[in-house]
Amino acid sequence: MVEAIAMAHGWEMQHDANVVVIGQDVGANGGVFRATAGLQERFGKDRVQDTPLAEATIAGMSVGMATHGLKPVAEIQFMGFLYPALDQIVNHMSRMRNRTRGRLSCPVVIRTPHGGGIHAPEHHSESTETMLCHIPGIRVVCPSSPARAYGLLLAAIRDPDPVMFLEPVRLYRAMRQEVNDDGQALPLDACFVLREGSDVTIVTWGAMTMETLRASAELDKRGIGAEVIDLATLSPIDIETILASVAKTGRLVIVHEAARNVGVGAEIAALVAEHGLYDLQAPIQRVAGFDTIMPLFKLEHDYIPSVQRIIDAVELTFSG
Amino acid sequence: MKMVAEFKIHYRQILGEAGEVVAPLPRFAKDSAEVLRMYQAMTMVRVFDTKAVNLQRTGQLGTYPPSLGHEAAHIGVGAAMRPEDVLAPVYREFGTQLWRGVTMTEILTYWGGDERGSDFAVPRQDFAWCVPIATQTLHAAGAAMAFKVRKEPRCALAYIGDGGTSEGAFYEALNLAGSRALPVVFVIVNNGWAISVPVAAQTAAKTLAQKAVAAGIPGVQVDGNDVFAVREVVGEALEAARDGAGPSVIEALTYRLSDHTTADDAGRYRSAEEVKEAWALEPLIRIRRFLIDSGLWDAAKERALLEECTLKVDAAVAEYLAKAKPATDAMFDHLFAALPAHLSEQRLIARHYSSKPGVSKPSGH
Repeated sequence: MVEAIAMAHGWEMQHDANVVVIGQDVGANGGVFRATAGLQERFGKDRVQDTPLAEATIAGMSVGMATHGLKPVAEIQFMGFLYPALDQIVNHMSRMRNRTRGRLSCPVVIRTPHGGGIHAPEHHSESTETMLCHIPGIRVVCPSSPARAYGLLLAAIRDPDPVMFLEPVRLYRAMRQEVNDDGQALPLDACFVLREGSDVTIVTWGAMTMETLRASAELDKRGIGAEVIDLATLSPIDIETILASVAKTGRLVIVHEAARNVGVGAEIAALVAEHGLYDLQAPIQRVAGFDTIMPLFKLEHDYIPSVQRIIDAVELTFSG
Repeated sequence: MKMVAEFKIHYRQILGEAGEVVAPLPRFAKDSAEVLRMYQAMTMVRVFDTKAVNLQRTGQLGTYPPSLGHEAAHIGVGAAMRPEDVLAPVYREFGTQLWRGVTMTEILTYWGGDERGSDFAVPRQDFAWCVPIATQTLHAAGAAMAFKVRKEPRCALAYIGDGGTSEGAFYEALNLAGSRALPVVFVIVNNGWAISVPVAAQTAAKTLAQKAVAAGIPGVQVDGNDVFAVREVVGEALEAARDGAGPSVIEALTYRLSDHTTADDAGRYRSAEEVKEAWALEPLIRIRRFLIDSGLWDAAKERALLEECTLKVDAAVAEYLAKAKPATDAMFDHLFAALPAHLSEQRLIARHYSSKPGVSKPSGH
């Protein structure tokens, strides 16, 4: 997936001279995950810049650059390092258009790794998308395959508003897939149905699509057909696709790696309760990370929901 | 036009690059037992570091940030501090931590992905490793504020890297410390590289020590490969802070001889020639030269020391590897002083799915 991300950068920089890449180690080093590999050689040091080691700098300068003609694609090296940038994201980036009545705007993409599962050090395995989804005025996107990373990143860069682009680290190298470098964007604000089924709807995103698809294959053997929906854009939520699926299946399980408490799963559950309650044949189930701090890696796979937890949650919707 | 402010930054060195004495020897450097102790500690951390990298390469340790080349800076600081002071480290200063009593097993436990490594038996008061860059500088300033308010004759010492001096938190810490004359010392370990970004791309400032000037506090540069100079300069700063003279900034100039971490490949962004030149200045050479010239050291003693270090490191590694994976309860048990009810329920779920036998399945997921 990491090559698809580098490829999307390359396409858009080739076709739009205003796209610039900034971040820590994005230049000669090509990014610590190699997501910007080769870009500085190709597009030069003005368009691919290593910033000083300061996340508030990265977000704040993105606001300045974006309001004055550029389209910054900024990398925050790990999600745990995003927080110094939040002041700029919450107080400026997300509301520049609104507070100037459309006079100034922030076409910025902030990319950051998401989630755990790769034996990384402390603060390197966070999945705190909920905090971002709560900020009005920004989109939050999380791809679940190389092709979707390519198409959604292009869409994010072309979008006139700020987009937080969360890249599941477990997928960077785990998932390989041929991706056409054809400049075709995928739609934002839309779910992707990864697998059709008529018995239960499972909504998930990012790396948890892997466990969910594995669980679905196992559920097939037990005669349960799961429809798997990749949320893809976490905010705003494409609730229509989910409601249509729930109308068909009558059951909903939501799977995410992030902590359960006030997670994006809670929002989906609330929307389905508001608009699709009478389609449900069983209570909604959530399978999520525990409401604890993401542990160091010895326990990370005890934190990240397992295939078995997903299967058990689906079975619970049939046990009523 | 009248001049309203100006500044000078001094550079301190005691042992020259060939081990020659270029400035008056401090008292500790005339005590041969003390000098030997510092050299032995520097050697120990070098041996430990090599082993830790090997453990990572063989899949027995997580990502690890080597301290290769930093031994003089780290041991010099450790030796200058008093046991009751507080250390706010970044994540690479193993030499200082070992000097202060943190064990090799604890270090390996943490970098092996287990929080128990941060529960130091000694020193209980020190902060744990700090991965979010520069945030620890404010913790040190806050600890110093506590000492000041509680009238305790103690100091805090925060490490930071060259890259970290670009973060807002660093400037805020210096500003706070200066404005309140706090007993805190900030040691910038300038090893030339913040992962792939060289200092010259980080800042237009000629020295990092001069960042102290804007905060109204003293800043000094020291040869970070000279353990005598580091210990002397840091010792002076700590005693001044303890005496109520306020904080200071010390920039220790050294070189990161290794990759940033075991997940990095420095060959992508810096030349082999540059690294080769830096090896000629590495800190063990000159202190060993000094010891030999003083008649305190020879090849046989060196061999014996390396053997002793290897035995100690191997024992620590064995202890680390023998440690069982923590139970899933470890995710919950230290989250709050008393665990809220919904988490007790989640703790049971985690136990159930942890593939441990004999735990019945709780309701819910």
